[in-house]
Amino acid sequence: MRVLDCGDTGVLVEVADLDEVVALHAALAAQPPPGVEELVPAARTVLLRVSPGHDTAAVAAAVRALRPRPRHLAAAEEVEIPVRYDGADLPDIAAATGLGESGVVAAHSSATWTVAFCGFAPGFGYLVGDDPRLHVPRRAEARTRVPAGSVALAGGFTGVYPRSSPGGWQLLGRTDTVVWDLDRDPPGLLRPGVRVRFVPV
Amino acid sequence: MAALEVLETGVLTTVQDAGRVGHASLGVGRSGAADAVSYALANRLVANPPGAAALEATLGGLRVRARGAVTAAVTGAPGPVGVDGRAAAVNTVLHLRDGAELRVGVPDRGLRSYLAVRGGVSVPPVLGSRSTDTLAGLGPDRVTPGTVLPVGAPPPTPPVVDLAPDAAFPGHEVELRVVLGPRHDWFTPDAVHTLLNGVYVVSDRTDRVGARLLGPPLPRARAGELPSEGMVPGALQIPHDGDPVLFLADHPVTGGYPVIAVVVSADLRWAAQARPGTRLRFRRLR
Repeated sequence: MRVLDCGDTGVLVEVADLDEVVALHAALAAQPPPGVEELVPAARTVLLRVSPGHDTAAVAAAVRALRPRPRHLAAAEEVEIPVRYDGADLPDIAAATGLGESGVVAAHSSATWTVAFCGFAPGFGYLVGDDPRLHVPRRAEARTRVPAGSVALAGGFTGVYPRSSPGGWQLLGRTDTVVWDLDRDPPGLLRPGVRVRFVPV
Repeated sequence: MAALEVLETGVLTTVQDAGRVGHASLGVGRSGAADAVSYALANRLVANPPGAAALEATLGGLRVRARGAVTAAVTGAPGPVGVDGRAAAVNTVLHLRDGAELRVGVPDRGLRSYLAVRGGVSVPPVLGSRSTDTLAGLGPDRVTPGTVLPVGAPPPTPPVVDLAPDAAFPGHEVELRVVLGPRHDWFTPDAVHTLLNGVYVVSDRTDRVGARLLGPPLPRARAGELPSEGMVPGALQIPHDGDPVLFLADHPVTGGYPVIAVVVSADLRWAAQARPGTRLRFRRLR
């Protein structure tokens, strides 16, 4: 664990892998050090955002004293997301993985995915799976517009675009499932810990 | 119920409050007033509770008409203020009768002005905040001419001062204190020296998300991709093209480029008030 300065209102904690992020985030959420107003888990880090006026050194010391127990992603709930696997990048993914198009669809829809963290846009969850064959890079060039509901793959993660936005992930297909709805509480369907299965339609 | 009828808005006017806290794990940023100090002063002048929503105008150009009697205050970037064509002043309590027109002109210094009304701008909150997050597309729409903004019920306590002093706004050169890190080790020692001794100019690509800066390049000591990580306001993120981005209120929750240093919270208001062309110097706090 490395504890890094992030101005006078942030402490960035870097750990070895996503499992450690999840364990650290859970430990911090259960017992936030005084002055911490927000936690931002990511791929290798947890950012603690500290209210102005609180001593970040004390927060850093509290983090160092934590002994989070490594554990697997705990499922808060399970959701099924129906997908039409007709994405523009499916042929590229098929070639890159060597699985063929039907193999990619089979692998993506039979894997168990868990939301590790959110970012990029409200409601955009980074889902980690249990099938290493699906690790593909981001596209060399980002698209200026990816339609809402696009299901995409990149860097070992899969995700669903909550709304139309630019994006560099490889497009697998589309879903009609609304993953971000302000009239819902909580508005995000894909929150950290939620387990997801993609169902071909 | 009193209201403000918006007649003109200039470059960008949004509703802002103290921000949207507690939703970062859903990918929702804080947003809120870019210059939190000026925003808080505007609310104090009209005796609003902290957190009441106000208008944030960029480079002035804001004109509103009171519907019903409205008590208001303009703070932030100092410049011409007028009520019904008569000159008024920033950082004072302004009493607008029904139909009075308040004008916030182009500021002499700084970038962002705040217009608070007694009772607050009472648009519906989204996830607990009335701030427009221009990056995430959350909160009320941008304010446009013709918008009628309801004013909330006045708080029980009356304003107790007529005017309040504010720090002198810097001109074309601003010094911002920074804390190095979290990723200064991704850059050469020369790059850190350059950052702390060079001059960076705010480009015309500046908005509520961040200010893109022009200045001497900051070479990296290591190649490769940084896995996305949480960002804070004030972060100086260095993308591949090398022009630093100084993150402001609507910055993304996570980012994938290394942050060489972070502007301290007390100086964030001056970062938010730096208009295009402003020369920035970064001084190391620790």
